[in-house]
Amino acid sequence: MAATLDSWGRYPGFAQTAHPVYWRDQLADSFADLVQAHGSGLAYGNGRSYGDSCLASSDHVLHMRGLDRFISVDWEAGVLVAEAGVTLDEVLQLAIPHGWFLPVTPGTKYVTLGGAVANDVHGKNHHVRGTFGRHVRRFALLRSDGSYPICSLTENAELFAATVGGLGMTGVIAWVELALMPIKSSRIDTTTQRFGSLAEFFTLSAELDAAHEYTVSWVDCLASGSSAGRGVFIAGDHATFGELEPDRRPKLTVPLTPPISAINRLSLWLFNHSYYLAHPAQRTRQKVNYEPYFYPLDRILHWNRIYGPRGFQQYQCVIPTVAAQPAMQALLQAIAVSGHGSFLAVLKCCGDIASPGLMSFPLPGVSLALDFPQHAELDATLFPRLDAIVREAGGRLYPAKDAHMTGDDFRRFYPRWEQVEALRDPALCSRFWQRVTRI
Amino acid sequence: MRNILIVGANSAIAAACARRWAEQPATFFLVARDTGKLEQVAADLRVRGAAVYAYGLDCNRFEDHAAMLDACQQALGSIDIALIAHGTLPDQKACEQDVALALREFSSNGLSVIALLTLLANRMEVQRQGCIAVISSVAGDRGRPSNYLYGTAKAAVSTFCEGLRARMFKVGVHVLTIKPGFVATPMTAGLPLPGPLVATPEKVAGDIVAAVERKKNTLYTPWFWALIMMIIRSVPTAIFKKANL
Repeated sequence: MAATLDSWGRYPGFAQTAHPVYWRDQLADSFADLVQAHGSGLAYGNGRSYGDSCLASSDHVLHMRGLDRFISVDWEAGVLVAEAGVTLDEVLQLAIPHGWFLPVTPGTKYVTLGGAVANDVHGKNHHVRGTFGRHVRRFALLRSDGSYPICSLTENAELFAATVGGLGMTGVIAWVELALMPIKSSRIDTTTQRFGSLAEFFTLSAELDAAHEYTVSWVDCLASGSSAGRGVFIAGDHATFGELEPDRRPKLTVPLTPPISAINRLSLWLFNHSYYLAHPAQRTRQKVNYEPYFYPLDRILHWNRIYGPRGFQQYQCVIPTVAAQPAMQALLQAIAVSGHGSFLAVLKCCGDIASPGLMSFPLPGVSLALDFPQHAELDATLFPRLDAIVREAGGRLYPAKDAHMTGDDFRRFYPRWEQVEALRDPALCSRFWQRVTRI
Repeated sequence: MRNILIVGANSAIAAACARRWAEQPATFFLVARDTGKLEQVAADLRVRGAAVYAYGLDCNRFEDHAAMLDACQQALGSIDIALIAHGTLPDQKACEQDVALALREFSSNGLSVIALLTLLANRMEVQRQGCIAVISSVAGDRGRPSNYLYGTAKAAVSTFCEGLRARMFKVGVHVLTIKPGFVATPMTAGLPLPGPLVATPEKVAGDIVAAVERKKNTLYTPWFWALIMMIIRSVPTAIFKKANL
């Protein structure tokens, strides 16, 4: 019996049978074997997608994490070639001592390079550097017809565009060539300031986004009345001097899944309230390590277990700038009214740098992400209400986080999905793709 | 700068050890049968900053051992650490029906290690320093019906190492016998292993690297296997033979 895998939110609960891959030259055979035995499959990296985009419709996945080797590097130019199962953490451990950093990093370093391409992930510097896909120079894509095209902006450009943010539908990414970003220090100079309302957030964002590489805000989604929309704005830049040291702090772990979710009204209120109060009211500068700055939750391995056996869903949307403020207000109000709070609600202004991918999530505007313990009411009442606000405002939802989006919404949010579908490898299909394209 | 010879360098445990050693300046002489895979392992270590020589060898061709060691000596000069990690996981049932297969598997896991260590030890004896680390197995501690051919070969390796350790101690060369328990590697993929007892190759590699530094004699890894094997060794044969381990 092979090991089974699930998604980060552990909802929906379709256990995936893992077919591990350990060597590049065996990838084609492993893929062919899986297709032969189970009809179709999906490449699965490190299981950090929240919903069902990393679950195969056949429930059989190629487990790519074993492809974790570096292939070549040019420290002069800052260009790294690595197998698709290498995690961003492994890239940082290697690159930081040489004075290089990821040009774009999401909120966890435990995603694989293949997953970062397939979801065209973004980070706190989206307004400066766009998505991950912009920094991918080339990759090799294995297709079930036996072809193994190398894709870039100029070579097999159509496949490149369909694969960046293509949710793994166009082929299995074998290796990735990534352009790194030079840094002087692995420390981050931060500027932190509380804000009392959404209006203040927008003012701060307008002022600080232009001046800083990284910006992100936490918002208290439980606050209502006069404190509605309060939060903490955190800007950051790579320090111009200091050490170049990868993080090696010991990790904590949630060793097992509690029988019920530890996230409830009381713990949420306590967390949100104290998080707000723990941050300075006045603008404060500090030098911190990159790890707590970018990856606060990575400190605790298996943190997703605190949500209990039912798991959780993340809701992440982005709203175009013109409609952002009223829509964010409406979203936060709907959430506060529902009483389902989130432990970390994250606000971020995305910039207008276009992605090379056809189905990239960010658009110029404001993105909001929240985690909710799984509950029947989410899908029945709260999410449809939020979806309506997002739709109305011309925004969209993030497939990498999604377990609920309707097919209608998906096709409206990502009108170029048909181009991806046209290039889809018939031997690859996720539960997400099946759900939203109604195959 | 340390000089490190690894035989069976494509094995998951060996590759994980190499990555740990590559965190400090190191020159590797990597030996494996499948040179295509070996190149992938070598490239990874080069990116990590190590100097790497790759050498193709089928360890069952005993007559080729000396040439490999010559090439190693030529490349590295002296050897600080030699890790002997090659091996297979035989199909016990098939070995019960096929003498030739059984002997071939015994050669891969036992004879070839003894042959290699014999030549290697004489060279290390001359340089009067360094560590020979050999991957044996907890399976060698007791013959179990489910894999006693493998266990026999590993028992031979463990006993050989014990004798060799006492001999080499006098000339300043250390011998480490490594006894991993269940490890999640390509070799054990698809086996019905008991989840909580299965370690990652990275965990085992961490233990091996530390044991080399500390000049441990016998390493059970992860540590709890020392306890498990103490219990298993103490089970009386009258009971042991009735169990289906």
